[in-house]
Amino acid sequence: MTERRRVFAIQAITIAGILAAYELLARSHLLYAGVVPPLFDIAVAFVAMLGDPATYTNLAVSLAEIAVGFVLATAGGVLVGILIGARPWLREAVGPYLDGIAAAPKIVFFPIAILLFGVGPPSKAALGALSAFFPVALTVAAAVRRINPVLVRVGRSFNASRSQMIAKVYLPALVPAIVNGMRLGLGLAIIGVLLGEIKLSDRGIGFLTIDEYNHFRIPQMYATLILIFILAVGANMLIGRLETRERARRAK
Amino acid sequence: MKRFAPPAAIALIVVVALLEGLARAGLIPATVLPAPSAIAAGFIDIARNGDLVVPTLITFGEALAATLIGVLAGIPAGIWLARSPAFGQAYESWLGGLFAAPIVLLYPLFLVVFHRTNATIIIMGAITAVLPIIIQARTGMLHVPGVLKAVGQSFNATPRQAFWLIAFPAAVPSIVTGIRLALIYSLVNTIGLEFLIDFGGLGRVISDYYAQYDIPQMYAGIVAIVAISVALLWLLDRVERRLRPA
Repeated sequence: MTERRRVFAIQAITIAGILAAYELLARSHLLYAGVVPPLFDIAVAFVAMLGDPATYTNLAVSLAEIAVGFVLATAGGVLVGILIGARPWLREAVGPYLDGIAAAPKIVFFPIAILLFGVGPPSKAALGALSAFFPVALTVAAAVRRINPVLVRVGRSFNASRSQMIAKVYLPALVPAIVNGMRLGLGLAIIGVLLGEIKLSDRGIGFLTIDEYNHFRIPQMYATLILIFILAVGANMLIGRLETRERARRAK
Repeated sequence: MKRFAPPAAIALIVVVALLEGLARAGLIPATVLPAPSAIAAGFIDIARNGDLVVPTLITFGEALAATLIGVLAGIPAGIWLARSPAFGQAYESWLGGLFAAPIVLLYPLFLVVFHRTNATIIIMGAITAVLPIIIQARTGMLHVPGVLKAVGQSFNATPRQAFWLIAFPAAVPSIVTGIRLALIYSLVNTIGLEFLIDFGGLGRVISDYYAQYDIPQMYAGIVAIVAISVALLWLLDRVERRLRPA
């Protein structure tokens, strides 16, 4: 118990220290005025932001973009993951490119998304989908290769059609991998959508951030960034709970 | 990553030929996806304009600088966290959380302080680089095999000797994994930021050509970035395999 208390004390002191150091920096005038606003100004801006109806319309836009991108990425990722996992020649043919694009920054594909879908929300959803697609596809592909071959043989010996094989054999065996891929993908979908909004858009939370920046309303910009982090952490917790529940269900 | 197999080369040729055919037949508008031959011409174009070699060097320079800061700060921090259990426990979940957090979204904050400069790119890259190195260095130090420690004790090793001759070398493979992750993340981060703030190397090139609506050149830049990612993954994979004790 004392050990746990010590850990807690260290955490509390660290947070207090960081906030105090920040406040000192803000009041020291070492940096240009307004660049590092005092905590109180940020809190005021945050409360004002929560009271502004425009915040919620922009939040709704971002959430819709994230949801559409994430759903498309999950569906596409599961499908492609099963295909390349089950077909070794396909994996050899496209695997290196998938690995390479998965490691490349997705935001550089943003201009292509704009060329295809215009500057509105669809291009942000597309960037979110592209970002989340790779972790889902790669996790699922890796899991397909680890599927118990007995399950596949049972399906084949029952003369299951391809769609039956996918629905009755592959998908149920792949649920943990799919949930894991979704957890990795959701974070990337959020980043993809919001970076797209920050780079070029006229609505969404990312747009709010860069709009405040362009008008040099720095405490307001901090407030939008805090909202974005709450959104990201909340999404991560939600999907983490889904994963725990899934694991509990399997353990039964 | 597996070795580059012939089917991958065949797939590339098939896809390129298909896209070329579709583009020539007018089925894909050149403003959305130019023909591969046009992208190849764009590639020559950006190489001639000095938008290929120098930006690649700038991008790698920034990513390496960020990784180096990550190494210099992260290895001592990881070792320290392994040696003081209370601090290690206190910060463990935070490190994991930060590692998964969308830190790149905070770039406007750094932009306010450091403006559109190399400092913004390198500092943000260093933050993404330092986290995997701290985590891996700590893990490596915490999992030094007990047998090795016992050998040190039986030889009456001083604490200094036990660290430099036994514990640290035993943690090196884990630290190398951290550095590999750091390099990949800081490179991704660097290119993304260059694109976002329109400054620096390869990311800036894409942003510029898009702004001028030079689509084939823009595609050439994107292809270059993907090719560099593939090459880097392959190279790091080989290096790590060679370093790992067989």
